[in-house]
Amino acid sequence: MPSLSYLVARLLQIIPTFLLVMIFIFLLVRLLPGDPAIAMAEAKATDAQLEQIRHNLGLDQPLPVQFLVFVKNTLTGELGRSIMLKAPVTEIILARLPTTIFLALYSVVLAIFLAGPLAFLAASRVNTPVDVAIRGVFQLGLSMPVFYIGLLLLTVLAAQLRWFPVGGYGKTFLANLYHLILPALSVALYTSAIILRNLRASLIEVLDADYVQFARAKGLSPRIIMTRHVLRNALVSTVTLLGLSIGNLMSGTLVTETVFAIPGVGRLMLEAIFARDYPLIQGLTLTFAVLVSVVFLLTDVVQSWLDPRLRQS
Amino acid sequence: MATQEKPVVLDVRHLRTEFGTRERPLVAVDDVSFQVAAGEILGLVGESGSGKSITLRSILGIIRPRGRVAGEILWNGQDLVPLSEAQLRRIRGREIAMIFQEPMSSLNPLLTVGLQISENLVAHTDLDARQRRARAIELLDLVGIPAARNRLDDFPHEFSGGMRQRVMIAIALASNPKLLLADEPTTALDVTIQDQILRLIQSLSRDLGMAVILVTHDMGVVAETCDRVAVMYGGRLCEIGSTADVIGDARHPYSLGLLRSIPRDVAPRTPLYSIPGAPPALNALPPGCAFSARCPVAGRECPDLRPKLEAIGTSRLVACHHLEDAQAHFGPREAAQ
Repeated sequence: MPSLSYLVARLLQIIPTFLLVMIFIFLLVRLLPGDPAIAMAEAKATDAQLEQIRHNLGLDQPLPVQFLVFVKNTLTGELGRSIMLKAPVTEIILARLPTTIFLALYSVVLAIFLAGPLAFLAASRVNTPVDVAIRGVFQLGLSMPVFYIGLLLLTVLAAQLRWFPVGGYGKTFLANLYHLILPALSVALYTSAIILRNLRASLIEVLDADYVQFARAKGLSPRIIMTRHVLRNALVSTVTLLGLSIGNLMSGTLVTETVFAIPGVGRLMLEAIFARDYPLIQGLTLTFAVLVSVVFLLTDVVQSWLDPRLRQS
Repeated sequence: MATQEKPVVLDVRHLRTEFGTRERPLVAVDDVSFQVAAGEILGLVGESGSGKSITLRSILGIIRPRGRVAGEILWNGQDLVPLSEAQLRRIRGREIAMIFQEPMSSLNPLLTVGLQISENLVAHTDLDARQRRARAIELLDLVGIPAARNRLDDFPHEFSGGMRQRVMIAIALASNPKLLLADEPTTALDVTIQDQILRLIQSLSRDLGMAVILVTHDMGVVAETCDRVAVMYGGRLCEIGSTADVIGDARHPYSLGLLRSIPRDVAPRTPLYSIPGAPPALNALPPGCAFSARCPVAGRECPDLRPKLEAIGTSRLVACHHLEDAQAHFGPREAAQ
């Protein structure tokens, strides 16, 4: 297992990342054209009223002070009020977040179950028709954008065959599994294509490695050779890739959630952007940054658990 | 070779290992026969691609890519060639162990050394966890790893190259094998470490009564370590006999050439002898003698007519049509120096 000091060191690395993200968000909003006070005030507001709004928002303070206030508010979970929905940003995001996380995890699990066994099959039959067929099908998945796969699945499986719902979100866990299968699948097809390519290649490499031959010469059972020696080594690079594609997948939810009308943070982000709802955009950007950082942190922890050479801090 | 007093443990008869299609096979090992007696160290010498490693791997049935093995590999009288994977697993690592050339890449980088020893014991013994740990410490101690007790939980990257080779030997020795197949165990190591590892293998063979087949391309290693030597070229045996015979009084033109390319008692700045040409590709071997294309004494019949292994004296076999010419060709060497 990774040592405690490794975990602490890795956690500390998140701080500069967040600091950068916050500076970026802070500047972005202030560099955008337009005056939030005018946007918030009524059309006939006097200069004095606008000044009052600016004062209430703290916009009359120097930038560094504004930044510190922003950091303090963020750390206490105070992300302001959404202009569009007229509710606290934190509440809105927390209400929508579980759906998106559920969808992301669902598609990752689907992708792993799709890519894992097929990568094994392809790697154990390199350059046979089976291998070529598997690679061909997944190459197709890789070359189509996620929203297109989504629309295709919608048209065929939902609209014509009526096997699955066209969109929405269920109430229970099982209902969610059923409602979200098409969006999860369309994301999973793409992700699994990436995983399959990488896992197949590293499996082929590891199967030929000296330590696997040595394990065979030791008279170990095929099951132990496969799990302990082959799979574990092949997973080291695939885990990195999986982490990266979950990062990608987060931004992919913007499109998927819109295509399938799912009330998650991805679609919310899109709506917020169209409505120029700056507090909400800020909050969502921060949320995505946190999610991606957590995923990368988990990736690193899993990797250092797999590979002792990465544990030296 | 009927001269050994000790019983023969391994008797390889007409071993043939080929890859590729049946119509156009690539023959990596062709009609190789030799015996290994209990506690004996047999050297298997030849250039890269001469089939040494494939011969070793054929014995354990671990050649990759999967090839076809024919002939007989009699291990204490039992033929290993027709055995199933499951039956072979009870011999691999338990009765016949193997160590590899690259200590850097032959240990699993993700597992502790203790686990890599212990999994061997799990597969082949009934020891419980505590006994396995004790045995692992004993083994690391045996191969000369200092502070063995504290190294079980270390990973391979925490050992030096020579120490990793010792670890690999410890793993191989875990369940007291009767034969150790050593595939160029010292090639990747520094010269001083090479010597230590060879001495270790030698003393282990003596103390544990374990036979060893030592594959190498280094005649010096053979002279130092082995009881008997087999010289291979192009997948075939050229000469096999006692180390004294083969090193001291080689007869096959290839063995003579190999020996002559070792620097011994020569004046400084004397160019070393090198055998002209390069080893043939597997798909370009002549039907006759494999060495004929590079042989200084080859006659017209050599590429077409395969020479048989014939006895010279009591403990040596040589396969060559032109033994006297070879002696005459390589003989003047001593006079010249």
